[in-house]
Amino acid sequence: MNQTRIFPRALEEEAIYILREVAAQFERPALLFSGGKDSITLVHLARKAFFPASIPFPLLHVDTGHNFKETIDFRDWLVDQTGARLIVRYVQDSIDQGKAKEETGKFASRNMLQTVTLLDAIEEFKFDACIGGARRDEEKARAKERIFSVRDEFGGWDSKRQRPELFDMLNGRIHVGENVRVFPISNWTELDVWNYIREENLALPSLYFSHERNIIERDGFYWPHSSFLQTTPDEIPFQATVRFRTVGDMTCTAAVLSHADNVDDIISEILEATISERGARMDDKRSEAAMEKRKQVGYF
Amino acid sequence: MEVLKIATAGSVDDGKSTLIGRLLYDTRSIAQDRLEAIDSASQRKGLGFMDLSLLTDGLIAEREQGITIDVAHIYFSTPTRKYIIADTPGHVEYTRNMITGASNAAVSIVLVDARNGVVEQTRRHLYIAYLLQMKEVIVSINKMDLVDFEQEAYERIRQEVSQLAIQLKMEKVTLHFIPMAAKDGDNVVTPSDRMPWYNGPTLLDVLESLEPRKGKGELPTRFPVQYVVRPQQDAYHDFRGYAGKISSGKWSVGDEVVVLPSLKSAAIGAIYKGETVVSSAFAGESVTLTLTEDVDVSRGNMLVKKGECPFPQTNQITARIAWLDESSMQEGKTFLLQHGAQTIKVKVLSIQEILDIQTFLPAPDKKSFKLNDIGTIQLKSAKPFFPDAYDVNPANGAFILIDEYSNNTVAVGFVGKV
Repeated sequence: MNQTRIFPRALEEEAIYILREVAAQFERPALLFSGGKDSITLVHLARKAFFPASIPFPLLHVDTGHNFKETIDFRDWLVDQTGARLIVRYVQDSIDQGKAKEETGKFASRNMLQTVTLLDAIEEFKFDACIGGARRDEEKARAKERIFSVRDEFGGWDSKRQRPELFDMLNGRIHVGENVRVFPISNWTELDVWNYIREENLALPSLYFSHERNIIERDGFYWPHSSFLQTTPDEIPFQATVRFRTVGDMTCTAAVLSHADNVDDIISEILEATISERGARMDDKRSEAAMEKRKQVGYF
Repeated sequence: MEVLKIATAGSVDDGKSTLIGRLLYDTRSIAQDRLEAIDSASQRKGLGFMDLSLLTDGLIAEREQGITIDVAHIYFSTPTRKYIIADTPGHVEYTRNMITGASNAAVSIVLVDARNGVVEQTRRHLYIAYLLQMKEVIVSINKMDLVDFEQEAYERIRQEVSQLAIQLKMEKVTLHFIPMAAKDGDNVVTPSDRMPWYNGPTLLDVLESLEPRKGKGELPTRFPVQYVVRPQQDAYHDFRGYAGKISSGKWSVGDEVVVLPSLKSAAIGAIYKGETVVSSAFAGESVTLTLTEDVDVSRGNMLVKKGECPFPQTNQITARIAWLDESSMQEGKTFLLQHGAQTIKVKVLSIQEILDIQTFLPAPDKKSFKLNDIGTIQLKSAKPFFPDAYDVNPANGAFILIDEYSNNTVAVGFVGKV
């Protein structure tokens, strides 16, 4: 087998087909951009899908205010490179407006609050389709998600009322007020994404590669030390060589000890890893059905 | 690397989720933290073994009832290829989900409980495999440990299923029979030493040996235009590209094209894959084409190759459909039909037959379709559309019906006589 071309290309054909269906079937789509590798992959796919035209929908970033600086720098660079239109809406604004309430305590995170800001943005811009980088291999409720996932006016997902998706036919017809979440890389795994990044030479935020960082240890995980993270006196920050496997908020994304500073090394590391990708995401660990419950109330 | 999509089907408690769990476990596709979570959940339930079905039964309702309700997608890879499993529910009321899962698969695994043999669901699953024209069906005769690994049980079910296949006229389908005890992994990935009378391949052996592309032959070129690319930039001022996924056949630069329905013709000027220009492209590829002539082309049109007659174009078809909605359907109803990149209004002229789900013979007293019914109807469309018969060219022969008021996808159809 040719080691340099192992990404299953059928996945790219499918994703491009889905993105074009979105542009054709909806009036006001948006691409939900987090600055993570999955949404960066989506932006690349969208460029390919509509070349030589520019991407026919804006990128929407829901900014929690608890971002890594590297993510924001990268986002602005990518927008500059692609000429895409960027819309940013802030969780802090939702908090200031009294629509969302900040969590408190050691495990406080703004992850849940993003949903409020997202639903407000959907209403403000009348987005009828939001493209997301969620993958079915990430989590078991996501394993049952459709490619076109219809949400009610409150963003709610009802797993029992999902539309059947037959062959490659996507039914995007909705009533006024409803919207559709679209997942073009549903069928990709973490390894597929990395192989694609390697074969397409995609740039990524530096967070994904090993670097020196101040961290604290909590419950066997390594958390980036920052002013957003509430620590107890016995949690003493120390310097270590780490990288991140997923990039979310600073308060809910744990680092892994790693010396992988290039894509090839990361791929080898994933192949050897014994902890799944979302294993380092506190937001999933709240209960066995944490993801499904968040989706029912409008999460991605 | 290529992708092989698999659908699994079985009755409640056939051990389908366990089988998939086993396949993942034995190919080392499960991360350590997930295994530990399953192990502790199994212990909480008071089970004396690791319940691998907990890997895929992901929804709250499913864990409550201990059954699979929705289609779950599961992934694993071997050095040969990437596999995508659509794990579908066995319960009769979720048959629509099974059709959904199977429609995207090249091979179907049908589970049969060795103790019970062929049951109603087995018939249904085989019929769906036939309806979708799947080329390969793997019949997993599971729970052999509960019949003392006796060869007679296996042979009896093998006979029964083969008979059923003949009755359903499944001549084009290759059936593979494997005796298993999925709970312990016998013949899933590792050959069983408890069934010395079986010398055949394991499940993974069969999957690895399949060649899904083989035998597709030369099909006519079909290209539904999905989206018209018109950059507003100066550098591409006059650029008009027609984006879509090639359903079947092959395009090369210079090929003569006929646009349906206008019948205008032109030649292919360039083929883009992303930013790259290529000289030809094949079925399954998402491309953007430019034409040498300035002809009018829009979403929903179909590009075909000059000389590949007859061109598919019709406004009346006979089709086999599977009804997927809670509502019922009678003659005279109107729907939106989605085929390729086209959505058009259609009317049900007549219901020719609805099958009895036990015998798959026409049920003369049935006059309307109810959830999970399969039958044949005649449709008339407001505008022409461009399907092939499903038998001849499956990639251009299926459609869905959408209810104009609920917006739900209410049926899947397979074009018969055009």
